[in-house]
Amino acid sequence: MSKRIDVNDLNVYYGNFLAVEGVNINIDAKSVTAFIGPSGCGKSTFLRTLNRMHEVLPGARVEGEVLLDGEDLYGSGVDPVAVRSQIGMVFQRPNPFPTMSIRDNVLAGVKLNNKRISKSDADALVEKSLSGANLWNEVKDRLDKPGSGLSGGQQQRLCIARAIAVAPQVILMDEPCSALDPISTLAIEDLIEELKTEYTVVIVTHNMQQAARVSDKTAFFNIAGTGKPGKLIEYNDTTAIFNNPVEKATEDYVSGRFG
Amino acid sequence: MSNTLTAGGSKGRTGDKVFSGLALFAGCLILFVLFCVAAFLLWQALPTFSADPADITGGEGFFSYILPIVIGTLIAAAIALLIATPVGVGVALFISHFAPRRLAQGLGYVVDLLAAIPSVVYGAWGMTVLAPALVPVYEWLAENAGWIPIFEGPASQTGKTMLTAGIVLSVMILPIITSLSREIFLQTPKLHEEAALAMGATRWEMIRMAVFPFARPGVISAVMLGLGRALGETMAVAMVLSGGALMASLIKSGNQTIAAEIALNFPEAFGLRLAELIAAGLVLFLITLAVNMVARWIISRHKEFSGAN
Amino acid sequence: MSQTTSTRSPLRKRSLTKNRLPGWALWAVLAGSVIVGAALSSLAGFHVVTWALFSAVLFVIASYAVTFAVEGRRKAADHLATSLITAAFIVAVLPLISVIWTVLEKGIPGLTYNFLFTSMNGMSGVVDNETVANGTSVLGGAYHAIVGTILITFWATLISVPVGLLTAVYLVEYSKGGALSRGITFFVDVMTGIPSIVAGLFAAAFFGLIFGPSTRTGFVAAVALSVLMIPVVVRSTEEMLKIVPNELREASYALGVRKWRTILKVVVPTAISGIASGVTLAIARVIGETAPILVTAGFVNSINWNVFSGWMTTLPTFIYRQLMNPTSPTNVEPSLQRAWAAALLLIIIVMLLNLVARLIARIFAPKTGR
Repeated sequence: MSKRIDVNDLNVYYGNFLAVEGVNINIDAKSVTAFIGPSGCGKSTFLRTLNRMHEVLPGARVEGEVLLDGEDLYGSGVDPVAVRSQIGMVFQRPNPFPTMSIRDNVLAGVKLNNKRISKSDADALVEKSLSGANLWNEVKDRLDKPGSGLSGGQQQRLCIARAIAVAPQVILMDEPCSALDPISTLAIEDLIEELKTEYTVVIVTHNMQQAARVSDKTAFFNIAGTGKPGKLIEYNDTTAIFNNPVEKATEDYVSGRFG
Repeated sequence: MSNTLTAGGSKGRTGDKVFSGLALFAGCLILFVLFCVAAFLLWQALPTFSADPADITGGEGFFSYILPIVIGTLIAAAIALLIATPVGVGVALFISHFAPRRLAQGLGYVVDLLAAIPSVVYGAWGMTVLAPALVPVYEWLAENAGWIPIFEGPASQTGKTMLTAGIVLSVMILPIITSLSREIFLQTPKLHEEAALAMGATRWEMIRMAVFPFARPGVISAVMLGLGRALGETMAVAMVLSGGALMASLIKSGNQTIAAEIALNFPEAFGLRLAELIAAGLVLFLITLAVNMVARWIISRHKEFSGAN
Repeated sequence: MSQTTSTRSPLRKRSLTKNRLPGWALWAVLAGSVIVGAALSSLAGFHVVTWALFSAVLFVIASYAVTFAVEGRRKAADHLATSLITAAFIVAVLPLISVIWTVLEKGIPGLTYNFLFTSMNGMSGVVDNETVANGTSVLGGAYHAIVGTILITFWATLISVPVGLLTAVYLVEYSKGGALSRGITFFVDVMTGIPSIVAGLFAAAFFGLIFGPSTRTGFVAAVALSVLMIPVVVRSTEEMLKIVPNELREASYALGVRKWRTILKVVVPTAISGIASGVTLAIARVIGETAPILVTAGFVNSINWNVFSGWMTTLPTFIYRQLMNPTSPTNVEPSLQRAWAAALLLIIIVMLLNLVARLIARIFAPKTGR
């Protein structure tokens, strides 16, 4: 249920502007990888290229390869929609569909694609996904209530349940805790720890303690100045990045000297 | 498991293509319809331009037929704007900045509802209530201000005059101007207003310093929309004005507007007369088109300076 | 000690209140204006209207003069503006109250069961003359016009809503700001300014060219009304689609949902309350149109359920005809009563539609509560 990702010489452009330059990275299956770096360094942009979500923004395009278990996401004939159903994403702000109940939110990926599903299968899927997101016990009595009535942390876990309900290989998380309070953040971090037994997880975070707590490997992105492209500076085991970085910039950043 | 990224795509992609094609088709249909409006009007109006001038109503060709009613249309719209602009903007200001807050919301709702009253009702009111009520005013004007050409007597005894039609039109476009202006006035940044008040400005000075500069393009577009409605308004004029030849006096029976001319004569028209009326409609279409384009142009020119961005 | 405190407080007070008119001053000016206004008015033959007019003008001038003298130019300008704006409000409200009052006063007596459920079929001047002569209640009603109004508006809605909705979807979801979308936006704006009579002429000319001159049916009228309705639907739907947060679209894409399904199942349902209320307002706008019906659907006295053949009457054209060409030219009272009753009915329908639009917007808005 999980695949590895290998990125070779990836450049990301917005129109003619080179946003991220020359990224090479190998992400293992069933691991948690954290992207850290100062604001605007392109880590979120890069994350979105991993399931072709950047294409939603007008003018965005990439050069290079992103291999999902050896299959290029940008190869000819590849359907971005198929890519996204294998590589799920959780966003910065929780965004449950306001017109749907909690149950329908979980089933959204199935129902919106008009796949037929029996009621018992749907019930099983809802329970499995919500349990997988550590939310089942909190909402099992009010599955028919609107998802937007939950608290911020619960909404974010609902979004994670929604993402795992379509059985992806990889889950991308774009600063999933930045809009949440510390207790909800802790709940999400525990969840990430559990998710990695089944999925490949990639998380962008501004919070270095969070990266240190949840990830196996960490990638540090940096930018030379405004208008310059973001680059992957260093990629290594998390303990190495935080305790024994190779690059000066990484050391400065993780020790809080800039950024 | 390989090739999963390409599998099953074709069916879903068809749905995407069909839907985006439908959306594009609908958009193009609108352009096509508008083109058709112009093309069909032109096509059906053509006989007018090739016909013998003596056969046209009035016997002197299309130009001398259309000119008086074009001028009549412009006069009616001008009267309506002259009255409705200051009053409408005043009412909008009253609701947005002068009335007590609780009252203001109700008033705003009432104004919106008034904008929805059908024109035929305004026409009915104009011909049965307003026109008779204005007769003494017109008599007084003819007596005391008759030396001004527009008030030349003898005044109409039914009150069904150009001035009445203009007043009815102004009542009709007032809610439009008011509700749009009010929206804009309410959007004035509170910071600008408070900055002005903090400098010791009176309420009126604050409105002149902060509200008007911000709202100018919006108010202009509201007035232009009102003008467009006044130019094209048919029933109110058809019912309130007893039309006739072009004349300077606004308090005698006479003058006519394009829209009313069409509505009054179309049901019985055929052949060349029909073509004439459609040609008149084409002229009205072009006039309103020009007004709308000028309005858009003014708005786009002012937008950059309004600070609304 | 006692001296300083007693002198300081009045001094201080005065620095903030100096050059201020006491509260009663403007009331006094108002009373004076009303009295002088009455006097002036009686000079020119007393009348309530002239009295009110003179008093108002006098008050504006006098209060300006008084504030100018005591409080200075800036305050006086402020007062003048306040008076003028309040005056504008009163000037605007009077005719509007008059319109509503007239319709209520003249319309209520005629709004009977008989009026709502009989047509004008067989109603001639003779019938009306007898009604007036015998003093019996007015016969004949607007049933055929109500039927026509409903049918024509229904067909207009049926044409406008899909076209308008899809166009808005194209503009918001698909276009990339190119020449085509700018062109569509521009011409939708132009279309909002098309005079209703021109829309009627277009439909008449269009069907006249295909089915022969003076083809007049309910469907032609529906096409004319759609020309007026489509831009309203496009505009309001566009606004509503624009405020759907992009995050919801992204969330749907990230689940591997196709764009068209995202639009149909996520974006449109989220905006549906606003769209529905916009459509309702558009219906309210075209339901009162008279001129385009007049040139496209003709006028009849009997009920016609078929929009594709035969002439049709709607409430607005019914009002117009009853007022301008009374059924009995010698006894116009029954026709006037029918016209005003129809006007009242039309206003009630329009107001109800407006109310429904507001309710839809409120009730079907995406739920955020628990």
